[in-house]
Amino acid sequence: MSSQEIPEENLPAGQDTAHGAVMVADDPFADPGLPPHKPRIQDIDERAARRSERAVAFMFTLSMLATVGFIASYVIFPVDKIVYIWPFGRVSALNFALGWTLGLALFFIGAGAVHWARTLMSDVEIADERHPIAADAETKAKVMSDFAAGAAESGMGRRKLIRNTMFGALSLVPLSGIVLLRDMGPLPEKKLRTTMWTKGLQLINMNTHEPLRPEDVAVGSLTFAMPEGLSEHDHHFQTEIAKAALMIVRIQPEDIKDKRELEWSHEGIVAFSKICTHVGCPISLYEQQTHHVLCPCHQSTFDLSDGARVIFGPAGHALPQLRIGVNDKGFLEALGDFDEPVGPSFWERG
Amino acid sequence: MKKLSARRRHPLAAVVVLLLALAATGGLYAAFAPAGTAKADETAQSLAIEEGKKLYSVGCASCHGTGGQGTTDGPSLVGVGSAAVDFQVGTGRMPAQQPGAQVPKKKVIYSQAEIDQLAAYVASLGAGPITPTESQYSPDGADIAKGGELFRTNCAQCHNFTGEGGALTYGKYAPSLEGVSPKHLFEAMQTGPQNMPSFPDSTMPEKEKKDIIAYVQAVNGDKADSPGGLSLGGLGPVSEGLFAWVFGLGALIAVAIWVAAHTAKAKKS
Amino acid sequence: MSTVTDTKKAPAGERVADWADGRLGIYTLAKANMRKIFPDHWSFMLGEICLYSFLIIILTGVYLTMFFHPSMNEVEYVGPYVPLQGQLMSEAFNSTMHISFEVRGGLLIRQIHHWAALIFLAGMFVHMMRVFFTGAFRKPREINWLFGFLLFFLGMFTGFTGYSLPDDLLSGTGVRFMQGAILSVPVIGTYLSMFLFGGEFPGGDFVARFYSAHILLLPGIMLGLVVAHLILVFFHKHTQFEGPGRTNKNVVGMPLLPVYMAKAGGFFFLVFGVIAVISAIASINPIWALGPYRPDQVSTGAQPDWYMGFAEGLIRVMPGWEINLWGHTLVLGVMIPLAIFPAVLAAIAVYPFIESWITGDKREHHIAQRPRNAPTRTGFGVAWITAYMIMLVGGGNDLWATHFHLSLNSITWFVRIFFFVGPVIAFIVTKRICLGLQRRDKEKVLHGRESGIIKRLPHGEFVEIHQPLSQGELHRLTAHEQYAAAELPPAVDENGVERKIGRIEKLRVKLNKGYYADDNQVAKPTVEEYKEIQSGHGHH
Repeated sequence: MSSQEIPEENLPAGQDTAHGAVMVADDPFADPGLPPHKPRIQDIDERAARRSERAVAFMFTLSMLATVGFIASYVIFPVDKIVYIWPFGRVSALNFALGWTLGLALFFIGAGAVHWARTLMSDVEIADERHPIAADAETKAKVMSDFAAGAAESGMGRRKLIRNTMFGALSLVPLSGIVLLRDMGPLPEKKLRTTMWTKGLQLINMNTHEPLRPEDVAVGSLTFAMPEGLSEHDHHFQTEIAKAALMIVRIQPEDIKDKRELEWSHEGIVAFSKICTHVGCPISLYEQQTHHVLCPCHQSTFDLSDGARVIFGPAGHALPQLRIGVNDKGFLEALGDFDEPVGPSFWERG
Repeated sequence: MKKLSARRRHPLAAVVVLLLALAATGGLYAAFAPAGTAKADETAQSLAIEEGKKLYSVGCASCHGTGGQGTTDGPSLVGVGSAAVDFQVGTGRMPAQQPGAQVPKKKVIYSQAEIDQLAAYVASLGAGPITPTESQYSPDGADIAKGGELFRTNCAQCHNFTGEGGALTYGKYAPSLEGVSPKHLFEAMQTGPQNMPSFPDSTMPEKEKKDIIAYVQAVNGDKADSPGGLSLGGLGPVSEGLFAWVFGLGALIAVAIWVAAHTAKAKKS
Repeated sequence: MSTVTDTKKAPAGERVADWADGRLGIYTLAKANMRKIFPDHWSFMLGEICLYSFLIIILTGVYLTMFFHPSMNEVEYVGPYVPLQGQLMSEAFNSTMHISFEVRGGLLIRQIHHWAALIFLAGMFVHMMRVFFTGAFRKPREINWLFGFLLFFLGMFTGFTGYSLPDDLLSGTGVRFMQGAILSVPVIGTYLSMFLFGGEFPGGDFVARFYSAHILLLPGIMLGLVVAHLILVFFHKHTQFEGPGRTNKNVVGMPLLPVYMAKAGGFFFLVFGVIAVISAIASINPIWALGPYRPDQVSTGAQPDWYMGFAEGLIRVMPGWEINLWGHTLVLGVMIPLAIFPAVLAAIAVYPFIESWITGDKREHHIAQRPRNAPTRTGFGVAWITAYMIMLVGGGNDLWATHFHLSLNSITWFVRIFFFVGPVIAFIVTKRICLGLQRRDKEKVLHGRESGIIKRLPHGEFVEIHQPLSQGELHRLTAHEQYAAAELPPAVDENGVERKIGRIEKLRVKLNKGYYADDNQVAKPTVEEYKEIQSGHGHH
């Protein structure tokens, strides 16, 4: 769609004639031009101008004092001194003093300069002409012919072999840069499909770091667990816990609606992944009466009494459940890894 | 449309618009305000069980049944323990006033002696968590930093980083922990009031509860240090964003108006 | 330069300037720019708020780099903040704690940096809206509009990467969200995630990688864009509002030297001062209260900084759609918001080109329009802001729920519906308001200003005295353009041959009517109308 196709009369009314010149002699709407400059009090009264001068100088002086105050505060207030200042609360004396003094030192420089400009510098409005941005035809013709001459001299058009190989070289060379990015990370492989959990690993209470026994877990309580053998000091703790974190609750077996959930529980003790299936926040806002668990990030809501299926929000599928049992020492243990990937969905998840 | 335009300037037009706006706001609020049925739970034990029973039949029996067996209006109190009664009645949640998504904290209407009697009676209905003694819940000497870690693992997901509270589903909420006494914090963890899960001693030993209480006392409320200045409710980026828009950008625009305004002209003499 | 025969030496300043001119040509540059005229209007200073907060961010950011360690190595905290002592944390978090509690003034600089960032983004948003609603993006300023938009867009990501650096529990949750969102990308999502994080989340690399993006890559591009943006502002000369003596061919105001040197220079100090005072009195991102990041911990009220709130809202209110086919998963519940987010932003970015295509207007425009005189555009703008703001509400749905005692789920449903309905209502209402304001302008021109003085006529009628407007005011209210809507050419041309009109042209004409048809603008008062009323009725 080019502008030439648009009939002239469909263009908005021409603007250029509506401005600048008075069109009709007695047009009440004509542009009267810039109004005459009216003086400020400072322009006609030297005493007022002096007052302004003093005000500006006063502000610059205040700024100097504030900077002195800043340096003094830096020296005087210990970095850990906390004071109560109404209404801000128990704040750091140093931060409060430095912020105010720096703020005022800067503010008064600005206020002084602006007051100076507003009251003492000329406030006569000046009009600057604008010129069309596009070049005139002559300039354009010159550029075009220069370009044509340059292009012809380069032989780009004639010597196609040079041109084509050059484009080839230029388009291949960035590949080296892309290849270099390969070692930014490993390939996904099956990493997102497995967690640390395997058959026989005990469930360790995140609070006490002791293995959990079924009788520890009361109905209506909430406990978080990690796999046996993982320690907060481990190098890979963050990456492992990001997948292995468990949320443990106990529901009266007759309240569990999902058959598989009951099967995978131990006497109503169920272990679900703590990682939301939406985008991976640690979900754990458990309402013990409704058995709903809410994600604090995006409000996906899961029903822990019904296979942790999604009942509200943006998550696409239920929280994975870990099958648990009791080992011969009487502790809760995993009966294998999760049977599906934990955390957010991804293309290969299937 | 013409008619409407013509009547725009009618003296009563503003009143009509205002009424419409109020009705719309009220209607929307009514439509979105959470509704639900009251749910609560309670408990108790020993000494002045008789006194407690009298108080119970006057104040509690209508919802929880004459023997604490529970009715459609209130859950059974058998086995909830004295700690639950001390928490629910001691924070004014019980007796509940009106149905809603959640029973809120209110003015306490029983004296501590009466609460103890009620607790004793409810405890006599079945064994449950016992009201803690000061040595159990006092945060003196507890490990604040450990409490912080425990708080972030077990509590912050509902109650926020520093215990300012947060939303749950369908109008329910985790209340702010500001001003909640150590005893009530302890009891809440132990008994799991309303929709809060419990954190019994078997999974969170008494010492860890003390650590958590110490942490809450150190970081929550007016007495907590906020070195940077106003804590803006401790709510994070939403209140910070509002503050930046209203006070930050607001102040700067006010300054810009002053900078750009024409200086007052001298009156023509 | 000066020869030996010179008797008088030029003053030192002049000699330095001569020296520089001989090498840099500064006199030619100064000739064009030293007395450059800038129009006075407070809304023309919004861009300066952005520029100055950007400079403040760079200054304070440089300071922070001297203390911050962009490393995720685990260390045990041994600093003065008791509630974290003995906790394991990354060096990034630890060094941020050090800046906040042990470096004197470090907390202040951190807070200035963060407050200035929030204000920078808010300033850009408002500045962009000013340009939009006054049509200041029209030719020749479309490219500068795009530069500005890119600055806003990059600013969001610079902000996000900076917010993530301390590796605290809140920002870590945000990074986790980002990683989950990347995983939702079809085919390559898992690869992108592995490459970005150097393996599985969170790994040990992202802080260092975000750091290089946050302090070098993104601000470098932004600095270049800012310079280009400013050069273009100088080159185009600033727009101005209509008024007596102010036309499309001039710019009226005060010269750069001295008035704007003082005003704009002073404004930098004012902005810096205000932000410093805010940083003295209000805490921002108190990471000590948030704690170090652990992927198994979280807090309620987990939100990003405000400028990402729009994306957060989209992701929160989206239904959880997920399609499993042929062993692959299409995570629509995350992908769709991820696509809407740039699409909504792009809608405003390309608007100037759409408008110029619809209106067919190829002229230069240097007059900032009053929003009421472009009702359709103003309607679109308000509709866009409405959609944006509704999603901002959605992004904080949990806090609205607790603070207004509403149900989280109801707010989510409200946002889901009003994201679509709200902009439509806003568009219709805004357009009507604009037309109403145009009508009021017309009345004011024809009948004068309502003086508030009530006069009783001899026969008992009460009338309000209307005072006639000055000619300057009359001109100001009538100087805007009157548009004629486009019409399709007759189906058959003058030679009786059927004309071929493309579908696209038909659409353009239809849209053009939406802008310019009679019911989309109020006819300007004509001189005849004015004269008739002024003479016929007398003043009243």
